[in-house]
Amino acid sequence: MREIEFDDIVKAVKNMILHCGTDLPQDTYDALQKAMEEEKSPVSKEVIRQILENANIAKDEKRPLCQDTGLAVFFVKVGDNVRVKGGLLKDAINKGTEEGYREGYLRASTCEPFSRLNLKDTLGYNLPAIIHFDIVEGDKIDIEYAAKGGGSENVSRAKVFPPAAGKDGIVEYVKEVISDAGGNPCPPITVGVGIGGTFEKAVISSKHALFRDLDTTNPDPELAELEERMLTEINNLGIGAMGMGGTKTALAVHIESNPCHIASLPVSVNVQCHSSRHTHITI
Amino acid sequence: MATYKLTTPLTSEDTKKLVAGDTVLLNGTIYTARDAAHKRLVDLIEAGEELPFDLEGSVIYFVGPTPPKPGDPIGSAGPTTSYRMDSYSPTMLKHGSKGMIGKGKRSQEVKDACVAYDGIYFGATGGAGALLGKQIRSAEVIAYPELGPEAVRKITVEDFPVTVVNDTKGNDIYQMGREQYEVKS
Repeated sequence: MREIEFDDIVKAVKNMILHCGTDLPQDTYDALQKAMEEEKSPVSKEVIRQILENANIAKDEKRPLCQDTGLAVFFVKVGDNVRVKGGLLKDAINKGTEEGYREGYLRASTCEPFSRLNLKDTLGYNLPAIIHFDIVEGDKIDIEYAAKGGGSENVSRAKVFPPAAGKDGIVEYVKEVISDAGGNPCPPITVGVGIGGTFEKAVISSKHALFRDLDTTNPDPELAELEERMLTEINNLGIGAMGMGGTKTALAVHIESNPCHIASLPVSVNVQCHSSRHTHITI
Repeated sequence: MATYKLTTPLTSEDTKKLVAGDTVLLNGTIYTARDAAHKRLVDLIEAGEELPFDLEGSVIYFVGPTPPKPGDPIGSAGPTTSYRMDSYSPTMLKHGSKGMIGKGKRSQEVKDACVAYDGIYFGATGGAGALLGKQIRSAEVIAYPELGPEAVRKITVEDFPVTVVNDTKGNDIYQMGREQYEVKS
């Protein structure tokens, strides 16, 4: 069985966080550039121009892209023929998170839900990370990371429909969620849609859908078509960049679909802001 | 849509000429406060006690910055979502504050208070924290340091770029802009 040092995981996680804090991923940058060129509203065009200028400043001067540096969310695939030497994988990811957020001067945003006390001096700086594990074949560990801000998370929703709702019902629901959100989630947004599974499977799938690069097409032609339809309908809402009115409310819609119960059609809509900070590494 | 350069404290003369959609470059002193700080400030107003800063003509920025790097006055400092301050803002405006900077739509009560007290709700570009942080020349915590990123800071800004969202006539750029670009099916 292959062994990976605990400290190597810590270092890899820390580097992903430091990089994502200041360097907007190229796929996000390119999608914003295209949106600016195509946007019809002069006010929204100016907003996207500021967003791109912000990305350039952040990268050149190593400043956080946004003051909301998010909760750290991970999807981790662990090969069945690999083990971490010197500690638990979960602890290594949390340690890398703490070191990355601290060293990058990123904000610690985790707090206790009722007292609202920040946990940086008790549980750890921006801890705990939110980690989803899966076990796969092989001797590698694949770690996907995204910084998830609060503004876009606050407008996200899930609902279990009766099967009769069908595709039209799902499209209407997605439109309703985005319409109600307006400028709050910092558009132009990415919309993750989880369909099927159980209630929680749909929610987790909608989160994972946000980790997909913006310049990719869904390999399932039926879902690719549904993504295009949703994107058009969302952009027809007229919300625009930061809600100022415009033709580019979303950069992309990503769908993940799962088999579900014969009685149910769960749907989850998770929104990511224009600062879609995501990356992944295979160790 | 016009572009104005304004210096704080703002007067009714300053705010009444602004129209939803205008660009403003703000200069001078502004104060930062989020949910927790607003609650404390409004409690002081209601108890008739003195505030940590003069509200008259003040502009309040809804922001919780990242920690500054060594040598910098402040870290990244873009706006947070404003609706969480909706229950406090009318009281702040009634007692002399003239401007708020945040992102996202406000309640009807806040828009009405802007009309009644010559207040302006400015939108700054969310997620442009590096760009906006660079326009902040100095920052000093003047109240509630225990709130960390949510403490009240006195900051000095230079040509800080904002857009007028809600003006003193009751206009709302979010509604106007959306109506203009909505494609009805």
